[in-house]
Amino acid sequence: MTTRKFRARHAMGRIVRGPALVAHDGFSARYDLDRAAGIFTRPAHKLVGQSYVGRILVLDTAKGGVATAWMLHEMTSRGIVPLALVFNSVNPILAQGAALGDVPMLAGFDLDITAAIPDGAGVEVNPQRGVLSILD
Amino acid sequence: MKLNDEEQDILGGKFGALPQLALQHQIQVGEFFGAADFVPVAQAHIMADTESLGEAGVRWLERLATTTDGQRQVRIPTITDPRGTDFAKADFLGHTKTMLDLERRAIVAFVTLGVTMTDTCINYQTIQAPMPNEHAAFGDTGVVIFSNSVCAARSNFEGGPSALAAGLTGRTPRYGFHLAEQRRATLHVHVDFTPGTLNEWGALGAVIGRIAGNYWAVPVIEGIVDTPRSDQLKHFGAAMASFGSTAMFHIVGHTPEARQLSDVASGDLPRHRVTRAAIEELQRSYLGDKRVDVVVFSAPQLSLYELRDLAQICAGRRFTVPLLAVTSPQVKPDCDRMGYTARIEEAGGTVLAGMCFYQSYAREIAEAKGWHRLATNSAKLVNILGGYGYRPMLASMEACVDAAVSGTLT
Repeated sequence: MTTRKFRARHAMGRIVRGPALVAHDGFSARYDLDRAAGIFTRPAHKLVGQSYVGRILVLDTAKGGVATAWMLHEMTSRGIVPLALVFNSVNPILAQGAALGDVPMLAGFDLDITAAIPDGAGVEVNPQRGVLSILD
Repeated sequence: MKLNDEEQDILGGKFGALPQLALQHQIQVGEFFGAADFVPVAQAHIMADTESLGEAGVRWLERLATTTDGQRQVRIPTITDPRGTDFAKADFLGHTKTMLDLERRAIVAFVTLGVTMTDTCINYQTIQAPMPNEHAAFGDTGVVIFSNSVCAARSNFEGGPSALAAGLTGRTPRYGFHLAEQRRATLHVHVDFTPGTLNEWGALGAVIGRIAGNYWAVPVIEGIVDTPRSDQLKHFGAAMASFGSTAMFHIVGHTPEARQLSDVASGDLPRHRVTRAAIEELQRSYLGDKRVDVVVFSAPQLSLYELRDLAQICAGRRFTVPLLAVTSPQVKPDCDRMGYTARIEEAGGTVLAGMCFYQSYAREIAEAKGWHRLATNSAKLVNILGGYGYRPMLASMEACVDAAVSGTLT
């Protein structure tokens, strides 16, 4: 049963459900990740050491350069990839990468989505309705 | 998105599968950001090093390149960002046959698609700077922020797939920095000093990038006294884009869209003040163990003037740790011809071309060469390399060269 819903202004991709991995921090596939192991490796990142594989990443904003546009596609090809991306704000690179890599994405909420979603909560990403839901 | 007749034809497949696929991708991105329509672009620039592409990305390119029907090549000048290696120095870098084979396959695919392999992230210094109000589809965040801010051109960050799509269709979705309203300042930064060295300009860009914090923020900066040089704004912009994902800045009295503050700002903007202490603190934050394993000048690629300065500092020195200087394939022949390469390499350094250190399997280089403690004058590079297993340190070009001699950054 759904308990809380959050509406996103920007949405792309398929409906997915899974556990949320949450932090008020940025995201760059090149800067922050060991993409072979599927973990955050940037020492200053709040999720350092944690696996993002099969998790719905709930973060603040896109950071860094343009490489993420290719890297999400490459990560998807190996199955070492987040289940979906949910951000307060994104840049074009993340949107371009999600489109090529077939990674569902929501962005742009009326509140800080990283404060609204408990880490580890089960959530549903529904880009067709532009809604993120916390599941019981 | 509203499509004109030609775009309807592209989407309907009249020009073949390649532009059709490209436009479908562009519509997906454009609609995500609420673009009303497309805007024609004059040139495109593709970031596509094979570390980012991986096997999957290269196969994707190869599939595009084997298309036989309709339009098979890009419609507008479409150039490339640095590659994943310098083939002439691949052994020195520890690049494997697998890496080089992947790189060669990517190059063949790009050439088949009509892409011009310039392999540079300083095309605004070496190939052709965009004109004011020229719409472009540039990859490499450093290229975009320089083109928007210093050249008054109009580009969003275009990742490799989207830049290639723009090359194939000759247009890009009209959103973000293609729109006049997105180019106005959203925060005001007063700087009470004018940086001198390139690492100081980079550190200032880093501090302002952190304050700006996201792609849609546009800082307007006051307090810069002397007219900045191209290389200074290159490091300033590249660092700001790297630390903040920022795509545009204004410097009042110096950049073309901000002759005065009121040209780009109205009402009360959030105000910030940046002092010299802030950039000193940023540089100090990267200093740990001062011993260095390698010195790298890269990110962005060095201009001829930077290499001239470096050659002068290197003359007569003898390095105890490796020193790498990375430039573009356009600058390298002049660097050779002027004797700069010889002066740097006689001291024990290596001049590389057509790659950029962080785009060239930096993690694998660290493992192959045992390089971890790295000194550089590039704020952008220190920001990136932390995630690649390095301990990067930011210092002046002179201090970095001294470190290459003594093995210690002082």
